[in-house]
Amino acid sequence: MENLNSYLIVSAILFAIGTIGVLTRKNVIVMFMCIELMLNAVNLTFVAFSRHLGNLDGQVFVFFIMTVAAAEAAVGLALIIAFFNNKESIDVEDVNLMKW
Amino acid sequence: MIEQTIFYILAAVALAGTLLAITEKHPVHAIMYLVTSLFSMAVIFYLLMAPLVAVFEVILYAGAIMVLFLFVIMMLDLGHPEKGISPHWKEWLPALLLSGISITSLAAIIVSRHATVSVCPAAQPIREVARRLFQEHGMAVELVSLQLLFALVGALYLGKAPSPPTTLPEKEVVKSPGEGVTL
Repeated sequence: MENLNSYLIVSAILFAIGTIGVLTRKNVIVMFMCIELMLNAVNLTFVAFSRHLGNLDGQVFVFFIMTVAAAEAAVGLALIIAFFNNKESIDVEDVNLMKW
Repeated sequence: MIEQTIFYILAAVALAGTLLAITEKHPVHAIMYLVTSLFSMAVIFYLLMAPLVAVFEVILYAGAIMVLFLFVIMMLDLGHPEKGISPHWKEWLPALLLSGISITSLAAIIVSRHATVSVCPAAQPIREVARRLFQEHGMAVELVSLQLLFALVGALYLGKAPSPPTTLPEKEVVKSPGEGVTL
C-alpha cells in the first residue's frame, strides 16, 4: 500500500500528543486518558502494518492491546477512587506519600 | 481517490479531537473530545479493511472505557458542574462538527464501496481474523482472560470499603444461637 507512511505519521503524532498530555497535565484521570490514547495510537500502527503486509496477526494483537487497556482502566480507576477516599483530591501534586 | 481524501479528513479530525482533549481544562469535555477522536479512528480502521477492530474500537474504547472514566468523574464529583446553566448551543458546535465529519466519512466510504462492490479484495476478513485468533493464538486468549480476572479481583480489592469492621462485637455472637433455638 502506497500510503503506509501517512498512517504511521498519524499514529506517531497521536502517540506524541498522548505523551505530552501525560507529562503536562496534573489531573490523574486525564493522564490515564492520555495513556489510553497512546495505546490506541499503537493499535493504528498494528492495523496499518497488518494491511500493508497482508498478515492478520496485527489485528489479533489489537484485541490483546484493547484487553490490556480495559484491565488497566479498571485497576487504575479503582486506585484513583481509593486515593480520592484518602486525600479528597486527584491532583498528582498531592501524591507525595512516598517522598522523603 | 476518495478513500485517500477521507483518510486525510479523518486523520485531521482525530488529531484535532486529541489536541483539544489534552488542552481542555474540564475533564468531562476532554473525555467527550477523546470519544470523538476515537470514532474517527474507528472509521480509519474500517478504511484499513479491519471492520472487527473498528467495531471493537467503538464498543470497548468509546463504549466501555470512556464511559468508565466518565462514571468515575461524575461519582467523585470532580468536574466543575456550574449548576443551573444549561449548555449553550455554541458549546455543542465543535463536538457536532467533528462527529458529523466522522459520520459523513463513514457514509461516503460505504456508498463508494457499494458502487464498486466487485473490487472488494478481502471478502470475509472477520472469519479469517476469528480463525487466526482462536486457532493459532488460543493460549494467548486464555492468558488474556486470566489477566482480566486478575484485574477484576484487584479492582474489587481496591474498591472495598475503606474502614471494614475489624473487631466483631461479642454480644451478637452469643445472642444469635438463642434466636435459633426459639425458632
